[in-house]
Amino acid sequence: MATVRVQEALFDLAAETAALTAGRSDVGAVASFLGVCRADDGLSAMVLEHYPAMTERALRRIAAEAEARWPLTGCTVIHRVGRILAGEPIVLVLTASAHRAAALESCAFLIDWLKTRAPFWKCEEFADGERRWVAARAEDEAAAARWGGAGADAPARRREPERAAG
Amino acid sequence: MRVLYFAWLRQKVGVAEEEAAPPADVRDVAGLIRWLAARSPGHAAAFADPRQVRAAVNQEFATPDTPVAPGDEVAFFPPVTGG
Repeated sequence: MATVRVQEALFDLAAETAALTAGRSDVGAVASFLGVCRADDGLSAMVLEHYPAMTERALRRIAAEAEARWPLTGCTVIHRVGRILAGEPIVLVLTASAHRAAALESCAFLIDWLKTRAPFWKCEEFADGERRWVAARAEDEAAAARWGGAGADAPARRREPERAAG
Repeated sequence: MRVLYFAWLRQKVGVAEEEAAPPADVRDVAGLIRWLAARSPGHAAAFADPRQVRAAVNQEFATPDTPVAPGDEVAFFPPVTGG
């Protein structure tokens, strides 16, 4: 059963990693992805908005899919919301398994999915007072697409313009 | 029906959520968008480019032909940018 949290607070990578291996002797590999707020073009902070009723459910579903696809001994997904300063962590994905391939692949699967299928939106704040919503990136969509029908019960966002809502 | 807006759609419409009672001929997401877009200049601006709008019905991602009914929670938002 994966650990999934959506929170404003900072998280502790070392503590989360320790929790994933505590009391177990069957873990041979822990893979991690830590997403950090980058200070491009004078960016000072980002505000992460989400759809509370939908977000955790969507995250739990995809974590369960990762656990079904790979032989994982544990999985942790923590995504922050609210105002995040440049240099602070935004998202943590940890996957543990007996061997590295399952841990590394499932970690990549989860972050690719988070980038394109989880209901979060980033608004960038710049030192000069400008505010700008981040646009979705085609590269992220292509990265997610390589995993195939991720989350068969969680329809992918439509890529073809003619099938977009409306 | 409860309608929610996120990110720049919320800013353009001017509210995060509203109650809506569309007529019976509004049966799906695409029809609801057409009906909502006529409610105010803010709604019209939010839905001006439907290719930039995504939807969820009762917290599940939806497509233009997803049915909507009284009592549903329908959310509109731009393509997601988490991670």
